[in-house]
Amino acid sequence: MKETQTLKNKEKSKKVTERISGSEAVIKCLLAEGVDILYGYPGGAIMPVYDELYKYQDKIHHVLTRHEQGATHSAQGYARISGKVGVAIATSGPGATNLITGIADAQIDSTPMVCITGQVGSHLLGSDAFQETDIVGISTPVTKWNHQITKASEIPEVFAKAFYIAKSGRPGPVLIDITKDAQFEEFDFSYEKCTGIRSYIPVPDTNENDLNAAAELINNAKKPMIVWGQGVILGEAEEEFKAVIEKAGIPSAWTILGASAIPTSHSLNVGMVGMHGNYAPNVLTNQCDVLIAIGMRFDDRVTGNLESYAKQAKIIHFEIDPAEVDKNVKTDVAVLGNAKASLRALLPLLNTNSHKEWLQKFKDLYNIEYEKVIKDDLHPTKEGLTMGEVLKEINMQTKGEAAIVSDVGQHQMIACRYADFKTTKSNITSGGLGTMGFALPAAIGAKMAAPEREVVMIAGDGGYQMTIQELGTIFQQKVPVKIVVLNNEFLGMVRQWQQLFFDKRYASTEMTNPDFVAIAKGYHIDAKKVVERKDLKAAVKEMIDCDGPYFLEVCVEKEGNVFPMIPTGASVSDIRLE
Amino acid sequence: MDTEIKQYTVSVYTENNIGLLNRISAIFQRRHINIESLNTSPSEIEGVSRFTIVINITESQMKKIQGQIEKQVEVIKAYYHTEDETIYQESCLFKIKSDLLFDERQIQNIIKESNARIVTVNKEFFVLEKSGRTQEIELLYRELSVFGIMQFTRSGRIAVTKDEMKISTMLEAFQH
Ligand SMILES: Cc1ncc(C[n+]2csc(CCOP(=O)(O)OP(=O)(O)O)c2C)c(N)n1
Repeated sequence: MKETQTLKNKEKSKKVTERISGSEAVIKCLLAEGVDILYGYPGGAIMPVYDELYKYQDKIHHVLTRHEQGATHSAQGYARISGKVGVAIATSGPGATNLITGIADAQIDSTPMVCITGQVGSHLLGSDAFQETDIVGISTPVTKWNHQITKASEIPEVFAKAFYIAKSGRPGPVLIDITKDAQFEEFDFSYEKCTGIRSYIPVPDTNENDLNAAAELINNAKKPMIVWGQGVILGEAEEEFKAVIEKAGIPSAWTILGASAIPTSHSLNVGMVGMHGNYAPNVLTNQCDVLIAIGMRFDDRVTGNLESYAKQAKIIHFEIDPAEVDKNVKTDVAVLGNAKASLRALLPLLNTNSHKEWLQKFKDLYNIEYEKVIKDDLHPTKEGLTMGEVLKEINMQTKGEAAIVSDVGQHQMIACRYADFKTTKSNITSGGLGTMGFALPAAIGAKMAAPEREVVMIAGDGGYQMTIQELGTIFQQKVPVKIVVLNNEFLGMVRQWQQLFFDKRYASTEMTNPDFVAIAKGYHIDAKKVVERKDLKAAVKEMIDCDGPYFLEVCVEKEGNVFPMIPTGASVSDIRLE
Repeated sequence: MDTEIKQYTVSVYTENNIGLLNRISAIFQRRHINIESLNTSPSEIEGVSRFTIVINITESQMKKIQGQIEKQVEVIKAYYHTEDETIYQESCLFKIKSDLLFDERQIQNIIKESNARIVTVNKEFFVLEKSGRTQEIELLYRELSVFGIMQFTRSGRIAVTKDEMKISTMLEAFQH
């Protein structure tokens, strides 16, 4: 032990070092981790790092958002579409606390993100100094890991660890807080990427017996059904997943964050589960004999009442995070590990099958949903514009190739239900936290990470105004995102609940809105407002054809509702169609 | 579903880092679980700290919490045991007026029978130390409180398992 330690020390001493400041070290660490873009907002306690950013601007692009929450959501959008780590940076105190919503969102949606905050000088820590907050304490429950740096020499190791933790295993947000003196301090810098941490097992080993047991259950199942989540996308297991469902012929449904892992049009894709999911997969959850959960966590919005969730089924759970197993739903077989590796290992163990009759049941129930809900959403005959028809028009004109970034509310459910996804990582939305204001900044990050893709943001009039100031970022950075606001002059989703469960008492859900087009134009963004069906097609075309950013407001029916719906506390099979 | 609430002693082996206590206690706080006792100390492995936490919950809750604790990046391993599976001690100090030691013969008997130890005596007060299981300490407290206790304090539980726990060899497996 001693010997290896001295050996290591010797090796270290051989490494090339250079004497630089802590703040320059921060930039060098970011560059070493392949970061070329970061989102943030300056302030006193992070100024030394910003000064270095100025010097390194040809290597690393800093995007000045209009609010630190915007920086986190942009970093999230960037991470979600690219699979890389998003980076956000802020000053101490209010800058740091403004990051919290985005960090919490990234934590629950397993988004790899590194946030860097400045902190007051270490001699002032704990003294209630100007703009001091205990951001490490505040962010502890919503970070995968966090750390405060008080000495420049800690920077390389902490940054290496931060990036490793953020992206490995089940990804998540990490926060690094750096005191101002550590930013100024000079030290001998060298960088080594982190490849492992003693106490941290990012991917648990897959047990062969579990795999065999899972395969046997699947092979003997008469009515198997898969519910997949974001684990398939985060694990880059799309191909393996497709091969598995095709070989075994299993109808597969997705959670909101699992959307787009396989194309919407795939014959085994039977729709979305959960509160506003599709009729068939929800109802048939309570009829299948084997339920195979892949990279999903049985969120309560997915399961409805747990007491009556898939009680008849044997449950198999493919999961990277051991703490998720049996957390909400007791499993019969848990296959730990990365979805890509375990699905690859599962494939040869599976019998070829088709389950035609069982699949037909999904189609029959789809037809019921189509008649009762989908037809009116997509091909309305009444006067008001529906959110669904706007989605249908966007699908047509983007040929289903757009990445859809949605905010939170009715439009989100409509976007997820009706968007036509052809490629993976195309559905970027706030799932677990349901953060209004997410979409606009997230769309910025997504478009910057994937400029070759069409990125269409869809928000409600409520959520849009929570981060509307990011129009400034779009204008300054010239990010050609397409912004669609579905304006119903209500906090629609809350109004729907008030209508259904609070006797139509619309307490504080009506919105008097500004002239959105004028606001967009004020930020020099091309804009149009559509109030009539006949103008929709041309307006969407104008938006898609536009080379720069574009704002489209569509005034939709004021009291449209999203169905199907599982009321809170009800069983998935009690899903309502009206 | 099990609904029986039992007392569990949780042993958490961790890296010795700032902030970890916050992370671990937050796991209990968030689930509205009261920590009965908490102790942190070095462990048998150099550089590895050990938390010993006592809580009253159901076993299924316990398992979930074990998972959440182990999920923390700097936690190496967490174990939980029932009272029967551990050998544990708690320690306490009583500060009592010195007069009582001489005036109340009974106190001397209590001290002897309870295997408590006098740590110090001066003119005003004497200090009594007692290590033992929860009930023994509670008994001593009851017996002495009749006479009046000036100060009382009790430590968190420390525990080892009855079974051999080969944590050192387990730890080697984590050494990437
Ligand atoms: C930050 C935040 N505050 C409050 C809520 C609660 N909430 C969920 S949906 C919703 C209404 C959204 O209204 P709008 O953005 O207009 O979209 P719509 O439902 O009309 O499509 C509200 C207030 C939330 N999800 N996030």
